[in-house]
Amino acid sequence: MGVLMVLRVALKALARNKMRTALTMLGMIIGVAAVITMVALGTGAQSSIETQIQAAGTNMIMVSAGNFMSGGVRSGQGNASTLTPEDAMAIQEVQGVQYLAPGVSTRGQVVAGNLNWGTQIQGTDVDLPLIRSWPATAGAFFGPADVASAAKVAVLGSVVHEQLFGADVDPVGQIIRINNQPFTVTGVMSSKGQSGMGQDQDDVVYVPYTTVMKKLRGITYVQNITVSAASAGDTAATADRIATLLRTRHQILDASEDDFMVRTMEEMASVRVQATETMTALLASIAGVSLLVGGIGIMNIMLVSVTERTREIGLRLAIGARGRDVLLQFLVEAIVLSLVGGSIGIALGLGLSEGVTLWMSWPTKVSPQAVAVAFVFAAITGVFFGFYPARKAAALDPIDALRFE
Amino acid sequence: MAQAAAAQAGLEAAVVAASSKAGDTVADRTDNVISTRNLVRTYEVGEHLVKALRGVNLDVARGEFLSVTGPSGSGKSTFMHIVGCLAKPTSGQYFLDGEDVSQMSKNELAAVRNTKIGFVFQGFNLLSRTSALDNVELPLLYGGSTLKTADRHRRAKDMLAAVGLADRASHHPNQLSGGQQQRVAIARALVNEPSIILADEPTGNLDTRTSIEVMGLFQRLNMERGITVVLITHEHDIAEYGTRIVAFRDGLVVTDRPVTRRRAAADELAALPVEAEAV
Ligand SMILES: Nc1ncnc2c1ncn2[C@@H]1O[C@H](COP(=O)(O)OP(=O)(O)OP(=O)(O)O)[C@@H](O)[C@H]1O
Ligand SMILES: [Mg+2]
Repeated sequence: MGVLMVLRVALKALARNKMRTALTMLGMIIGVAAVITMVALGTGAQSSIETQIQAAGTNMIMVSAGNFMSGGVRSGQGNASTLTPEDAMAIQEVQGVQYLAPGVSTRGQVVAGNLNWGTQIQGTDVDLPLIRSWPATAGAFFGPADVASAAKVAVLGSVVHEQLFGADVDPVGQIIRINNQPFTVTGVMSSKGQSGMGQDQDDVVYVPYTTVMKKLRGITYVQNITVSAASAGDTAATADRIATLLRTRHQILDASEDDFMVRTMEEMASVRVQATETMTALLASIAGVSLLVGGIGIMNIMLVSVTERTREIGLRLAIGARGRDVLLQFLVEAIVLSLVGGSIGIALGLGLSEGVTLWMSWPTKVSPQAVAVAFVFAAITGVFFGFYPARKAAALDPIDALRFE
Repeated sequence: MAQAAAAQAGLEAAVVAASSKAGDTVADRTDNVISTRNLVRTYEVGEHLVKALRGVNLDVARGEFLSVTGPSGSGKSTFMHIVGCLAKPTSGQYFLDGEDVSQMSKNELAAVRNTKIGFVFQGFNLLSRTSALDNVELPLLYGGSTLKTADRHRRAKDMLAAVGLADRASHHPNQLSGGQQQRVAIARALVNEPSIILADEPTGNLDTRTSIEVMGLFQRLNMERGITVVLITHEHDIAEYGTRIVAFRDGLVVTDRPVTRRRAAADELAALPVEAEAV
């Protein structure tokens, strides 16, 4: 029997049992597509976080007041009054520190004309755009003079800009009111999306930190200080030096707990990376289960049809097929089934991944390993359960195979 | 006249075969297409040992038309399956064209089944959800046949026409009556032009007229082409279409006699009143 003939006989046999063929393929399609999509979701989330961390800058150090890690009285992070503008000035002198910006924030109602918008009012320093590599698209960030004089100037995040003025209107020079005080808009930040910490970085108004302290909140401390190290490789050491300095300045003895926290961006992000890794593992195991279920489906359908197929083998043997003719037919059947089912599964998986990104704007990233593993597993299941019973049947005397039940 | 002569020759061969006994020389056996010696077949059913064949000695000469009769369960089908190389005897020997079948490899047996033997099963054994034409064509796919697709189709079609089913070529077995399925099975057995036809109750599901037609087909193949036919039937009048009748009982051949007044299907068919054919 030639290869072409075997292929023809196999295709005819598949066409003869359309229901069985379809159900077997369905098992493969669902299993393969599920694995690809789930893993793509997990990998996508992971890689988008990694990209965000890269964008945020791996040389960033966050110094925050209070210590939520400490036992006993818990002063919430940033609510403690232990960090001062003087601390910031001292940190500026630490070896390895390039830029820094004290931060203090409040929520506020922002009004422009007859539109208003509740948002985060973030007090910061002139170097923030440098630390975050984040330029203004219109106008400019405020300058040192504004900080020194606690000027009522504001830089809008793109979301706030849209809400108060509309995306097409240039708001530079306009007056907005924050908690009933007039501020002059000096610039608009470019859109940046979610931060590595999961906040919308565009729904914010930046003002000098001195302004928040004196005009909006009436406090003398800052909540945090954002620092960038001169070189990424030196970040951890710089963070240590800052901690040592603050301990001296705050007169903290070796044994007692810090009243501040110094963390690098990488440390903070690693928590989230770990979380997504867990999620990916979870998704992958769910997908693995569906692959297994698909495999069991394939197995069931193959085993259920064993009687009919054994008779078919008996008949073919009886009219003169050799054992290998029949085996080849069944092998080709199983391979065709696996290839077609697996390929449809891959196509569906890729489509679903794309669709999830498109319609739900969840990041996905198709993992070639997942595609390979899913496909190979489905193919092996299909070929094994298609071929193994056939092998047993072909070893029988034709009449025994014909009478099999 | 020629037909009568052939029948006469078959008759003589049958008489010779009937007189042969166990322990014949190999030279004697080679004259026979089928030759069995002490054929035993037992089945284990749980604790029981069913003896389907208890030592069958039978010789069938080339060109003979042998009718096998016997009560249900007497071992006729079991014997046929061994003769058709579909099953193996528990003990004893079986020579096909003088060759010891037990010495043949699986592939050789497959080739024998494909080219030498046309088997009509008691239960048709057609491939379900497959057209009559494809069913008939099946033997042509195997055995290294070099026929072109078109030639295969043509031969299968011709064979279906020969059994009166030309217009049912595209029908599936479940769309055919029992008798029609029977005839598809016969067409499949004949399509590879075997030198031996083994038919297990081929007229079991057929009305009188169709039975005679099928027997006519077998007789024609037997007399015109010298094809050896072994036919199982429990109807005595059907057995009379053969040249020789053997009867099985309890796994043994109990009677073996030549047919003295052989029926001729062609003549009977001509004598039958013409009726609207209900195919
Ligand atoms: N596969 C099998 N397993 C067990 N016993 C079997 C098997 N095949 C046949 N037998 C037994 O062997 C005996 C002979 O069976 P066989 O089919 O040869 O009878 P038969 O003469 O063809 O009968 P019928 O006229 O009813 O077709 C019976 O007793 C039957 O029960
Ligand atoms: Mg029988």
